Amino acid sequence: MTTPPPAVQFLATDGSFAPSAGSDEYLPYIEALSDEQHEQFYRDMAVIRRFDTECTNLQRQGQMALWPPSHGQEAAQVGSARATRRQDHIFPSYREHVVAKIRGVDIMGIVELMRGTTLGGWDVNDPKNGNFHGYTLVLGTQTLHATGYGMGINFDGAVGTGNPNTDTAVIVYFGDGSTSEGDVNEAMVFAASYQTPTVFFLQNNQWAISVPVSTQAKVPLYLRPRGFGIPSVQVDGNDVLASYAVSAKHLDDARNGLGPSYIEAQTYRIGAHTTSDDPTRYQNDEQLAYWVARDPILRFEAFLKYKGASEAFFADVEQEASDFAADIRRRTLELPNPTIDNLFDHVYSEPHPLITEQKAWLANYEASFGGDK
Amino acid sequence: MAVEELPLAKAINAGLRKAMTDNDKVLLMGEDIGTLGGVFRVTEGIKAEFGDKRVLDTPLAESGIVGTAIGLALRGYRPVCEIQFDGFVYPAFNQITTQLAKLTNRGRGTLTMPVVIRIPYGAHIGAIEHHMESPEAYFAHTAGLRVVSPSTPNDAYWMIQESIESNDPVIFFEPKSRYWPKGPVDLDASASPLHASRVARTGTDATLVGHGAMVTMMLQAAELAASEGVSLEVIDLRSISPIDYAPILDSVTKTGRLVVCQEAAGFVSVGSEIAATVAEKAFYSLQAPVIRVSSFDVPVPAPRIEQLFLPDVDRILEAVDRSLAY
Repeated sequence: MTTPPPAVQFLATDGSFAPSAGSDEYLPYIEALSDEQHEQFYRDMAVIRRFDTECTNLQRQGQMALWPPSHGQEAAQVGSARATRRQDHIFPSYREHVVAKIRGVDIMGIVELMRGTTLGGWDVNDPKNGNFHGYTLVLGTQTLHATGYGMGINFDGAVGTGNPNTDTAVIVYFGDGSTSEGDVNEAMVFAASYQTPTVFFLQNNQWAISVPVSTQAKVPLYLRPRGFGIPSVQVDGNDVLASYAVSAKHLDDARNGLGPSYIEAQTYRIGAHTTSDDPTRYQNDEQLAYWVARDPILRFEAFLKYKGASEAFFADVEQEASDFAADIRRRTLELPNPTIDNLFDHVYSEPHPLITEQKAWLANYEASFGGDK
Repeated sequence: MAVEELPLAKAINAGLRKAMTDNDKVLLMGEDIGTLGGVFRVTEGIKAEFGDKRVLDTPLAESGIVGTAIGLALRGYRPVCEIQFDGFVYPAFNQITTQLAKLTNRGRGTLTMPVVIRIPYGAHIGAIEHHMESPEAYFAHTAGLRVVSPSTPNDAYWMIQESIESNDPVIFFEPKSRYWPKGPVDLDASASPLHASRVARTGTDATLVGHGAMVTMMLQAAELAASEGVSLEVIDLRSISPIDYAPILDSVTKTGRLVVCQEAAGFVSVGSEIAATVAEKAFYSLQAPVIRVSSFDVPVPAPRIEQLFLPDVDRILEAVDRSLAY
């Protein structure tokens, strides 16, 4: 077996600019970035980490049913999300909190899901939500939805026209555990067959709850799509610049009618799978230390400092993160509990006699106890 | 009034063409449905007329078909998926039950899922394993799905169009043993709404209820019973979720006796549900216990002994006799 090329990387672990071999084709995307964009990347990552911590705390205090942190995966998510264009569609798994935020979703929608007041948090058809589709908990199912969506884009002729404001790509997020699901593989079959404008974005965080990626695959995962006829690349997912540039290139290719592609972002889940998990049972200290030393936010902070970012900037981000988290905490505690309407009203979009009958029965039953409950 | 004599398969074909002509967002997808016209030729000629962007010969993957149909529906399309045979729907079961059925509720009314899944189902065709099943209870049990099954060419023509017009997902069970016999199809007007049940024959002594291919069998049983002086009312369910109970309860109020007939196995079945509901809502009208006529609770057997497994006219009449004996 030939040695695969190294993952695309622009920032060394210490934050110095050191493009990897084979990264040339992505360099123009890096060179086009402004200082403001750099600062935005940092702000995105730092604020969402603070949000993650706040939500984990809220869960520990009994205010959330569950919290799936994204700690450690911020660069993979911010880079890819910032590479999307307004008209693109995003199909997440359930950990892409910062992608939702970047696309314009009020991420209290995610809090509602995880607190347990709703099953779905935002209206994907509302333009302010940036075509960010609903979180999907059954692993891998969303890869087929994204592929079908891309088939529709093709049928609509909304790729390859050369208009950068209407040609549309789809990016779908999934994890290393999901790569073993049949749906992910069927999605690659359909995407290749119909040449859909789909970017498969794998966040390989090395763990499917407690099972290491070596159980899912005996080859690097980015090599698998090549057997489906889908070009692929591996990127250092803890390097926000690399994640951005690689995503931008492949999203451009998709919009330009070049069909699907696949990005494996090598990253690491620093924390637990969710708050119900106990990673001390399976993670080893050495591996954790290796990845903590590659923390995406610290690395980018070092890069910005080399470039001369001011202390005032970092203090400002710190304040924004803190304010954001405080606002989330306040709004979480104010969330109303769901009512009978939530149970029945949207099971079907058109009237259904059984549901109507059961809703009326429950309302009468509840009323039989008298007064407000 | 334009009435044509069509077999049920051709009536579905005509209904699909009509829906595709009326709305260019309607597209068909499935295995072998394009160039071949489907293994039962239900979609014969449609690809030639509408092209390969409206009729997709998909890769051979049922979850892929339904999962991509969901994506297409999110894009504004109205996909009609064909599952080749009843027993081949299970690879798509996850997408149907956890995604297709649930997205409208998850979206709190912001999303619709206008997807139709056509499934040829049922026995009496002498086929091998996985080709003669009646899995409708699995889908009727899932909140968010609508489940229907036409028994006549006329209903097939209209119900497929009404299913495509529905903004909710519809599982459309086609009784494959009824694909070929012809019947009148009124091309001008639908007889009744998608979810209405239908009195197929009026009678006074006992009520038979069933759907799909069972309707023909119930009508044959009623004809034989009439020759012996027993008057049976026959109700064609048409819709399995929701069930239109009014005609059933009216009939039981009149006859006092109910025999529920189905090709599916009886344990935890649609027939069980109807029996329970009628017992709850028409208890004082019943002169006899509700009796179910079903297949046995064993795997669908090899075709050489399917006649032992399946309910038939004699078993329906035997159940009627038991009911009348009370």
